Amino acid sequence: MTDLAKQDPAAPVEPVEEVPLGDVEPDVIAADAPVTAVPLWRVRIRLMRRTLSRNWALFAENKIGFVGLAIIAVFALMAVLQPILIATVWDPRVYDPQTGYDAVVSEFTVVEEVTDPATEIDVQTARLETTPFVEVGDVIEIPLQPAPPSFGGEYPHFLGTDPLGRDILSQLMYGARAAFFLGSVAALVTVIIATTVGSVAAHFGGWVDSSLMRLADLILLVPLIPMLIVVASLFTISLPILGLLIGLLSGFGGVAIVLKSQALSVRVKPFIDAARVAGGGDWHVIFRHIVPNVLPLSFLYMMFGVTEAISLEATLSFLGVLNVPMSWGIMINTAANQGYLLGGTDYWWLLLPAGLAVTLLAFAFFLVGRAMDEVVNPRLRAR
Amino acid sequence: MLKFIGRRLIQMALLFVAFLTIIFFLLQAQPGDVTNQFIGNPSIPPEVRAQLAERLGLDKSTWEQYLAYLGNFFQGDLGVSFTRYPQQVSDLLWAALPRTIVLFLSATILAYLLGFSLGKVVAWRRGRRTETAITVGGVFLYTVFYPWFAIMMLWLFGFILGWFPIGRFITTDVWNGAPYQANQVFSVMIVSVLIASILYGLVVWIAGRVNPDPARQKVIRRIGFLVILAGFAIFWFTTPMATYARDIAHHTVLPVLTLAAVTFAGTMLLTRSSMLETLREDYILTARAKGLSESAIRDRHAARNALLPVTTSLVLALAFVIGGGIITEYVFSWPGVGSLLLEASLREDIPLAIGALSIIGVLALFGHLIADIVYMLLDPRIRVA
Repeated sequence: MTDLAKQDPAAPVEPVEEVPLGDVEPDVIAADAPVTAVPLWRVRIRLMRRTLSRNWALFAENKIGFVGLAIIAVFALMAVLQPILIATVWDPRVYDPQTGYDAVVSEFTVVEEVTDPATEIDVQTARLETTPFVEVGDVIEIPLQPAPPSFGGEYPHFLGTDPLGRDILSQLMYGARAAFFLGSVAALVTVIIATTVGSVAAHFGGWVDSSLMRLADLILLVPLIPMLIVVASLFTISLPILGLLIGLLSGFGGVAIVLKSQALSVRVKPFIDAARVAGGGDWHVIFRHIVPNVLPLSFLYMMFGVTEAISLEATLSFLGVLNVPMSWGIMINTAANQGYLLGGTDYWWLLLPAGLAVTLLAFAFFLVGRAMDEVVNPRLRAR
Repeated sequence: MLKFIGRRLIQMALLFVAFLTIIFFLLQAQPGDVTNQFIGNPSIPPEVRAQLAERLGLDKSTWEQYLAYLGNFFQGDLGVSFTRYPQQVSDLLWAALPRTIVLFLSATILAYLLGFSLGKVVAWRRGRRTETAITVGGVFLYTVFYPWFAIMMLWLFGFILGWFPIGRFITTDVWNGAPYQANQVFSVMIVSVLIASILYGLVVWIAGRVNPDPARQKVIRRIGFLVILAGFAIFWFTTPMATYARDIAHHTVLPVLTLAAVTFAGTMLLTRSSMLETLREDYILTARAKGLSESAIRDRHAARNALLPVTTSLVLALAFVIGGGIITEYVFSWPGVGSLLLEASLREDIPLAIGALSIIGVLALFGHLIADIVYMLLDPRIRVA
């Protein structure tokens, strides 16, 4: 309340978003009329709520946004459920995504010629797998790794186990948590930096602008994946560090350029002049007037940032350069390292769930981004 | 126009020096120094280490080290690889470079041609079922987890269908006792394709000069294309390199197609939205009012103007192609600069990794320059100003 009292009188109602001229609803005017009765923060909240509900209506017009939200919700649920399941139902010795182990032991009859690979094993292979003393006609037990999905037994594995005997479903759910963590860190850092950089560059212009934009050019020029691979060989990169790195690079890079052009179009609006005339300083104008109007676009880039961060992490851990305990990329990396790269349909549970998870989550954030794009960018609306 | 290119070249050179500076500081920031790697490796004698330390000026000040580093780089001296000890980094990179360039270039060109021609058709059919299907497919390809997609392609076309070999650059059986080096044949292939495209470019240029009538020009271009194709075919059917060239080409198809499939999606989606904006312009209405045919409006009036933002995105697609190229090289065991970079990074062969990264930086720079020039050729506002 105290800082609200210091508000400059020239901008009593802050334009949270551009309101089309014919769209000023009576309740705002009514709120303005008895100036003493309604405090400013109430007006703001009301305005914000109305903007939100209008934007939500626009967002809801588009079905693809909902599909995206639903997919994200499913993955979020998975991420939340994993630690709960570990704490209650799942035995950590079996289901821990990193250190769990379970072997499905199958019985095989040793024969000369294999006719049914599911129950029989030829004598040479059997001797290699167990002891050299195995004879034809013996029944031997061999731990089956990776094991296909199983639903019964003491420890069911709904998506099978990986080549090291770890539960795939548990890994997948843990991977969802890692992906959300990384995505939010990267996107948050990106948006905070890019919005600030863009607004500052647009507001000050001159050498501030050109040096920030040359920096962005340089970052755009540097190929991200090769650079990160080399950085990972020189230093140890963990998940939070990676999120920070991606955030910094895209925050000072491409996203800053886009947000700067948006900030430029805000800077020439009359309410900026009004704020300046009323005595608003540079930083007041930037953070109170320019940034709030750039934010909708920033949120859009946040969505695309999440997509990029998730697939980047998966790619890098697939290539085996990251120091990450478990993630979707690591799952594929494990399968590839153990020689199941071309397992295809025979070992579908090794490659398909992790690959699909990365794809689906990136797809979902992209869809939400597209739907938000139509809210933020009126020209795209199908009308 | 030359002035524009010149200015751009100077900017690029400055950016590249900045890029090298970043790499230098990365090297400075790492714990220990370059010579500390593989200290227990008996195949790298201590003299080599001392030589390297002297070459990098490790006993001097940071500033002098920086100058030595830049000097060495611009003299083409990238040092000795640690994991492949006696070999020079520059030799390794030089051998791998053509394969990488071919992979990147052909994937980019293919992706652009396909993406642009499909994108404009899709935008033209807005609201129909084909549009929805192609757009959804495009978004899928755009967001698909690329390494996984590449593995699936390799598995499907290499393993299940057996149409293409499973990775690598050559089949050793075919090349046993071959009179040529693989790179020799490969460079002949590159040169022949290059000559053919330059000749076709000449034909198009001459056709424009000789005859003003577009229909006639088309005929001349077609004849020229057929003649060049025939010459190309005759050359490759008569030369003894043909079997080897075929083997290389066979290995090239799948990686290029895979990389192109993913890059193409971005171009197509962008062309689509760019076309949708262009179709609202007044001159499209004018063209309709003039009674021009649908395809003329689409290809000559709308698509040409929609091309501009798509060309701008070439720079962004470049980053995509470079990142994707490394994954492609890794998955398909394609012995290019990207595989070298990855292998060197995983085994902490710092000189090779840094060398490969710098070369990829050079490639990116050239890509940017080419994108700029293409943009300038397309947009008269820049060309004339």
